[in-house]
Amino acid sequence: MLKRSPNQKRASWRSPALRGRLYQLLAIGLIAAAVWFLAHNTLRNMALRGIQSGFDFLSDPAGFDIGESLFPFDSGQPYWQAFLIGLSNTLRVALLGIVLTTLLGTLLGVGRFSRNALVRGVCYAYVEVFRNIPVLLQLLMWYLLFAQGLPAASEAWTLGPLFLSKGGLSFPIPVWSGAGLVFDFPVKGEFAIEHGGSLTPEFLALLLGLTFYTAAFVAEVVRSGLQSVDRGQREAAVALGLSPRQSMRLVLLPQALRVIIPPLTNQFLNLTKNSSLAVAIGYPDVVSIANTALNQTGRAVECIAIVMAVYLCTSLATAALMHRYNRRAAIKER
Amino acid sequence: MPSESSPTTSTFQPIAPRPAPRQPGGLLRWLRVNLFGDWLTGLMTLILGCALLYGATLFFSWAVLRAVWQPNFEACRVDGAGACWGVIAEKYRLILFGRYPFETQWRPLLATSLLLALLVASCTRAFWHAWLALLWAVVLAVFFTLMHGNVLGLCLVETDRWGGLPLTLLLASLSMALAFPIALAVALGRRSSLPAIRTFCTLYVELIRGVPLISVLFMASFMFPLFMPEGFTLDVLIRVLLGITLFAAAYMAEVIRGGLQAMPQGQMEAAATLGLSWWQTQRLVVLPQALARVVPSLMNNFISTFKDTSLVTIVSLYELTGAMSLALNSDADWRPFMLEGTLFIALIYFVFCFALSRYSLWVEQQVNHGTPR
Repeated sequence: MLKRSPNQKRASWRSPALRGRLYQLLAIGLIAAAVWFLAHNTLRNMALRGIQSGFDFLSDPAGFDIGESLFPFDSGQPYWQAFLIGLSNTLRVALLGIVLTTLLGTLLGVGRFSRNALVRGVCYAYVEVFRNIPVLLQLLMWYLLFAQGLPAASEAWTLGPLFLSKGGLSFPIPVWSGAGLVFDFPVKGEFAIEHGGSLTPEFLALLLGLTFYTAAFVAEVVRSGLQSVDRGQREAAVALGLSPRQSMRLVLLPQALRVIIPPLTNQFLNLTKNSSLAVAIGYPDVVSIANTALNQTGRAVECIAIVMAVYLCTSLATAALMHRYNRRAAIKER
Repeated sequence: MPSESSPTTSTFQPIAPRPAPRQPGGLLRWLRVNLFGDWLTGLMTLILGCALLYGATLFFSWAVLRAVWQPNFEACRVDGAGACWGVIAEKYRLILFGRYPFETQWRPLLATSLLLALLVASCTRAFWHAWLALLWAVVLAVFFTLMHGNVLGLCLVETDRWGGLPLTLLLASLSMALAFPIALAVALGRRSSLPAIRTFCTLYVELIRGVPLISVLFMASFMFPLFMPEGFTLDVLIRVLLGITLFAAAYMAEVIRGGLQAMPQGQMEAAATLGLSWWQTQRLVVLPQALARVVPSLMNNFISTFKDTSLVTIVSLYELTGAMSLALNSDADWRPFMLEGTLFIALIYFVFCFALSRYSLWVEQQVNHGTPR
């Protein structure tokens, strides 16, 4: 910053400090005026249209059913529980998606360096196709594939204890019975697959859509991270007699991680935020629930505020977690 | 005095040159090294090759051999029929132009072509002059006139009838053009030494980047009317455009800030030594270098905004994605062939985004000319 010379004590337009203060006052004034203007209009409009405001509606009964939830829910339960179920659905798809997309994306990114030209080509083509088509469209496509391409439950595709049909994917789940841990196997019924755990087609479409879309970006992140590792490191690994796999695992990937983690965090956040597109295929995530609640109660400000707060919190929490991991992976000098 | 040569020495006899070693090359060798380098690579090639071949045959059979090309939905419903491309032949005008009045669809066609030409022109070197901004203003004015009408004997078409490709292109290009100045200001503000301005810019960027676009769009369509004074209404298209602009600006600001941060401190110090003011330093020294650096990332930004416009269908604007769903959902005969319709518009999006990403590679090379690597 420029230092003020001693003979320039009195306030002058030429003083950067004074101008800086004025600019800031101006900015604060403008923002305060804008906020006041918006708040004033909102309150007035609400009063005029007789819109109730406040979060008291959260304890009213929701009056709608939720297609799938981790916890039992019926329409008599209050709104805040509906929102919680929406949140749990969002987190469920986001967490699973993050795990799967990391695996797939890393494979694809490493595949770009394969000695096998076919593998390189497939990885390249995958990345170009999947990242150049809007994620909403991909979600719709997966959903259509599930809705149209799969057989009815009575003719479900069977692979061992797994059943795939229009009703979704059914799989055995461990259950705690008196005797100990036993598996509850799905059984093909007349109209549906009974017993066992199941994932709905909406959930599967959302999960696959998000995973396949984000994996293309993760692959690019991994590729550029690996490329950033100095050439000499690879050569040194070869000179030490490490096999290609060893040099990737012990030398290249640990160093690339440092470059990879910050953009990877962004991709995780993008995946979480994109899970809000569930509203388009009818998966009851927090946005869908808020949308339904908004239409029923007309409390737009409150519902949108809840959605925004949920995503802000998840974004900040993810960012904080990844920041801690990044510190651990960062280079330790002396 | 030279010593006597020994009787064993003879005159130098050069060995006849041997032919150069055979240069390994050619397609066959490339294939051998790259596909069958060792047994693991070979195995991978075989497995992957078989899987690809199998998938490709299935797809080819569905998409070409068994496909129905005529706009005849009964032929499409026959058992064993493949892709029903007839749905495109039947509905392409609805998909491309949405609910725009059928007999006046030459107007969106012309407007779209003009906008596309403008975008292509902006991408070529010969047009990189100050008057390009003027050209943008003129073309956008013509675009609005053509689409909206109500002058020059063109009948009025309200914005809620607009749809399809023109709407997608309009939303993408206009929101990007509007977001740029905002992003520039916010990026500079975030690096400002004035705490109030810095805090405000940081808050804006982090808040927007923390929430999904769809919540911003919900806000634009449901909450915006509440924010405005009584009796003041803004068209939903403009509101959504505003939402996308504010959203894109936050991401773009981060990209520009990255470029600003990469500037060596010496540049600013040199500018200060020359006696340039803060504004002069930014305008003449910092921004030209920083922006050139981030052109590829800005292109990526543009690509994601282009893809993001597909979300406006959720707040009931019928751009390409919305127009397609509308066209097929409103007709029970054709409703089962949504997958083909989706593939068709996916192809449109892909062509645009892929072209843009190739172009960004080219720009990167242009920008890097003369930069020592």
